[in-house]
Amino acid sequence: MNDATQQLLQNLNALATGLFLLTAFGIVAVRQANACLNLFIVQSLLLAASAALLGLRYGTSHLYGVALVNLISKPIIVPWLLRKTSPAGIYTRREIDQVLDIPISLTIALALVIAAYFVGAPIANAVSAAYRGPNVPIGIAVLLLGAFTLTVRREALPLLIGLLVMENGAFLTGISIARDLGMLVELAIATDGLIIVFIMGVLVRAVQKQVGTTAVGALASLKETATRPETDEASS
Amino acid sequence: MLEHLLFNLLQVAVVLIFAPLASGVLARLKEIVQSKRGPSIFQPYRDLWKLFHKDEVVSEDSSWIFRFTPYVVFVTPIFVVLLIPVLTSYPLFFAFMADMLGAGFVLALGGFFAALAAVDTANPYGPMGASRTRMVGFLAEPVFMIVFFTVSFVAGSTIPYIVQQSWVTPFANFFTPSHVLLLLAFLMLILAEGGRIPVDNPTGHFEIAMIDESKSLEYSGRGFALMKWGGQMKFFVLMCVFLNVLLTPWGLAAAQTWAAVLLAIPFVLFKIFCFLLVLVVIESSLSKLRLFRIAEFLGAAFITSVAAMIAQVFLP
Repeated sequence: MNDATQQLLQNLNALATGLFLLTAFGIVAVRQANACLNLFIVQSLLLAASAALLGLRYGTSHLYGVALVNLISKPIIVPWLLRKTSPAGIYTRREIDQVLDIPISLTIALALVIAAYFVGAPIANAVSAAYRGPNVPIGIAVLLLGAFTLTVRREALPLLIGLLVMENGAFLTGISIARDLGMLVELAIATDGLIIVFIMGVLVRAVQKQVGTTAVGALASLKETATRPETDEASS
Repeated sequence: MLEHLLFNLLQVAVVLIFAPLASGVLARLKEIVQSKRGPSIFQPYRDLWKLFHKDEVVSEDSSWIFRFTPYVVFVTPIFVVLLIPVLTSYPLFFAFMADMLGAGFVLALGGFFAALAAVDTANPYGPMGASRTRMVGFLAEPVFMIVFFTVSFVAGSTIPYIVQQSWVTPFANFFTPSHVLLLLAFLMLILAEGGRIPVDNPTGHFEIAMIDESKSLEYSGRGFALMKWGGQMKFFVLMCVFLNVLLTPWGLAAAQTWAAVLLAIPFVLFKIFCFLLVLVVIESSLSKLRLFRIAEFLGAAFITSVAAMIAQVFLP
């Protein structure tokens, strides 16, 4: 492999990570739950692309396996599971609640990404120069953005996607630092993720059945409604 | 040196001549997508010809700004054309008079005068459109700034002739994340600044919903022709910056001969035609945003441009 191809592969990987970051911003800001899910699918495809490109660049066949596992589990099985388990009404709803309005949450997200650079730089310096790349800081940034999604969203499905985005971010960092982790670990993580998605999806369905909504931001009053019948009787 | 000056003037002539054609082609393509036949692609020329031969009506209560503005709007894109690569890949006579930031300011000057003139006549729709354009403008400004900062950060210069080389000199550089994200952000800027569909509907005739068009409502005759032509040239210039400096710096004349420079004209027009095709797809598949959603659209552009900068910082 000559220098030009290596440079090209490296830049393509950087491009995949850059777009990966952009999709994370999209997941923070986008209004529809369906668009959120689609962005997550794109993000997972980009993660798989990054793994494959890194594998090609450094000639580690293990990363092809990671790419393949990611390609099957996240963009295909996760959306399928979510659509099977969680109620269909979520996907057709147009607007979803946020604690903050979109420009403010995007500004905070930007600050988080800049913070991630300062967190990521020492970590990137800890590994040898050959392992350094845009993956470490961007992975950490996306991890933080996923956590931020968890705090600002008030709808069950985007919350779940925020969790998965955190996992994606950790994965993106992982594939560049630990390139020979062992296939078993990757497979275990992938199945773990699927089981989490399944359980959460069922939970969302149960919440919707009990409460009639999936806007979990409003679930603080759940305890009061449970006790209300008694007080109603007492007053009447 | 004299040749460079002549090439530079040729660029101005090309933009003057082909800017109405570009808008005519765009209008025709949009009509075709909507299963209509549409006007001829030469209709903008006929409009301009007709307007230049009509009498001009100017309100008695308007000030010199109203009469002065069409000339500013017409001249500012021409100044920018002197600075940017339209036909050649080597710097021409005026290339080092100002950088991309300066060109942006010159373009903004035209917009500033157009907004003033709209307020000047006290027509109720003019100030409304002017204030809306200002809103779009000040939201677009930070994106422009970040885009230019990123460009100077990556290329080490903001002179467009130098920038265009740095994106493709090893071809791998084309795929750097900062470049691609920058392209996305700039495309969104072109849509906003050109008053294209997710931000503004250029074919709308409903004054309440107008953003860009309502500024020239009071103009007639020659003044209106100059405003129209100036607007078309501004859009052409933005496309040239996008295509020749940022996206596809190929097909430009590399040799300093008349033949090479003249041969570059069809190449550049072809690139612009391809871009118009993409634009038609965007315009036909999206709907116009509500006014307060524009902030979110340009916020997304801002995030994209900042992500471009961050991605460049993150590269080891």
